[in-house]
Amino acid sequence: MIDFGYGLTPSATLKIEKVDNPLFAELHRLEPDVTKCIACGSCTASCSAGVFTEMSLRRVILSLQRGREKETLPMLQHCMLCGKCQLVCPRGINTRHLILSIGKVYKMEDKAL
Amino acid sequence: MMKERILAAYDPFVLPFVFGMTFVLAYCLVALVKVLIQLKPADRQKFFLSLITPATIVKNIRDLFCDCLFHVKLWKRNKVLGYMHSSIAFGWFMIILLGHVETVLYIPERLHKLYYPIFFRYFMEVKGETLQGSFFFFLMDFFLLVILSGITIAIIKRFRSRIVGMRRTTKLTLTDRIGLYSLWAIFPLRWIAEGFTAGVAGGSFMTIPINWLLHNFMSKPENFTAAWWAYSIALGTFMTVLPFTRYMHIPAEILLIPMRNAGLPVRHTRKGFALAMLYSCPSCGVCIDACPMGVQKKNVQDATVYMVRNLKRRNPKRSLEIAEKCLMCGKCAALCQVQMDACGLRLAYRTSHEKEHNRIPADFGYLEAVDPLPQLGEQKVLYYAGCMSSLTPVISRSVQQVLKAAGVDYELMDKDGSICCGRPLMLSGRQEEARKLIEKNRQLIEESGARILLVSCAICYRIFKEQYDLIGVEVMHYTEYFNRLIKEGRLHVRNGHQTLVYHDPCDLGRGCGIYDAPRQALRAVGQLVPAAKEREESICCGGSVGSLTLRYEDREPITRGALDNLTANNPEQIVTACPLCLKTFSRFAPVPVADFAEVLAQNLEQA
Repeated sequence: MIDFGYGLTPSATLKIEKVDNPLFAELHRLEPDVTKCIACGSCTASCSAGVFTEMSLRRVILSLQRGREKETLPMLQHCMLCGKCQLVCPRGINTRHLILSIGKVYKMEDKAL
Repeated sequence: MMKERILAAYDPFVLPFVFGMTFVLAYCLVALVKVLIQLKPADRQKFFLSLITPATIVKNIRDLFCDCLFHVKLWKRNKVLGYMHSSIAFGWFMIILLGHVETVLYIPERLHKLYYPIFFRYFMEVKGETLQGSFFFFLMDFFLLVILSGITIAIIKRFRSRIVGMRRTTKLTLTDRIGLYSLWAIFPLRWIAEGFTAGVAGGSFMTIPINWLLHNFMSKPENFTAAWWAYSIALGTFMTVLPFTRYMHIPAEILLIPMRNAGLPVRHTRKGFALAMLYSCPSCGVCIDACPMGVQKKNVQDATVYMVRNLKRRNPKRSLEIAEKCLMCGKCAALCQVQMDACGLRLAYRTSHEKEHNRIPADFGYLEAVDPLPQLGEQKVLYYAGCMSSLTPVISRSVQQVLKAAGVDYELMDKDGSICCGRPLMLSGRQEEARKLIEKNRQLIEESGARILLVSCAICYRIFKEQYDLIGVEVMHYTEYFNRLIKEGRLHVRNGHQTLVYHDPCDLGRGCGIYDAPRQALRAVGQLVPAAKEREESICCGGSVGSLTLRYEDREPITRGALDNLTANNPEQIVTACPLCLKTFSRFAPVPVADFAEVLAQNLEQA
């Protein structure tokens, strides 16, 4: 194919075949709210752990949807489960259960980040 | 005078009873040993020590009488049910006791026979009346009447529970039904059996008329052994199924009461103390009506009684669902007749599940970089607003306003973002992780030199009280502290004459037993009207961090139910003392919802 120069740069390409969909489907079974996210970032803005670390639930959910969980799973280690994100979420996502469920579905690699 | 009629002191009809009784005694003995072995050595030592501590001995004896025999707690809650239970329990106890007394008095050499005091009337005959004999006949018949009246109420309750004031009762299992029907049958059969023999063995106002009836209307009234067989079979059936039914609570409570009074914690979902608790659940169903989730019919299956049943049956799927759904408001535990630690059982389940399944280990290493607090003088109060309060800034603003008005010197603990108190982590079953937050907060507080730690969140307050063990620091909820300031005359408020209703947050009321301080303070600034149900019966706002799986749309009906309860007496304002309740109620409340500190701040007397 002729490259007209409008294609995605390799670093921005999502390789769908590499996305581990069964894991995300399992997560969706445990906590159906995960697909409700509109990535508004309210959770990240209010996060208690976010004051001290780079923790961002918005980024975690986005990366899981894209099958790039390795990038963000370590963030969840910092979560104090205080539940502020749940209170501010405009979509009423049960964020605490979502975070606990992620921990049950995905396994963090020891030296991910 | 009493004389033995059957000289062999035996008849085959006693066998069903003897079998049942032996079985139940053996089963209980094995269960007792099992529970004691399963206790952690430290807990076991604590338990045995409590058995020889005079204060606990007194408490144990009092509880055994009040709870097992007289059902004082149930009487206070519902007179009809109280009468029903205590009439059967106390009446039966007295019949057994009197049977033994009679045996001791008249034929002590037969006392070693298990069945003799139970079937005393069959084996004895009366020769000439004495006052003492008639007195026993009367007592026996009197207690039989008491029991029969209780059984009558129980039968009515089974078919029309609303008559006795219960909206929902427990759905019984098959063995429960067998136990129930045999229990119902025992005493009417005893009445007939003793009625048959009342002519020879004596009787009183209950049994003599039956004897007269039977002898006048039956062609062969001497064939009375059938009635005694029926009575013995009913007893035997009841005893044999007892360990597998809810009636196991009868023997189990005798063990549970001293264990509870020893202050043992629930460490496992079905071992040791927890096992004694599971055995002790009478499946009465008080927890079904108590549960705030009950506003939706689908949640009825998640009441504590079904949690217990699923734990007993080792049904991990349902146990987990129920354990994770619960709001942990503690209302069922507060109303429970055997004081089941319903939240403790669920928490134990969550903890073991988390440990097994969570594969993202927590890392709170970043907390080490948190700067220490500035050194506080003796007089300075350290104020911890908590995570939730940062979403309800009105609370920390009002608290500071009140503190300034009272001239209190204070320092904010979490103005640059707070470290969570740890209770939400703990409630989700991550005990060890929560410990790390607790340790860090404890270190920060103790190093600051603060004497008073002021907390404006009920959730934080509970964990500070229960888990922190702060040395030299008094932890105070702002309702307590402000009430103290008003009493000491340091805080001057005026009465705005607004009608207020106070909502007891779960963790503050049932969790820490603070009911009066907020009410006293609120009476100084407005007119307090009661809610339909309050204090230990207050209804959770529905926002609780205790529930892990309850979804947003399922929380709304709970909130609305709680609001209906609060607005029963048409208050102008709802006042709560927890940021989470404030935020949850504000969404749907028909009248304004305010925080406790906000109401005080609005009614400050201008100097």
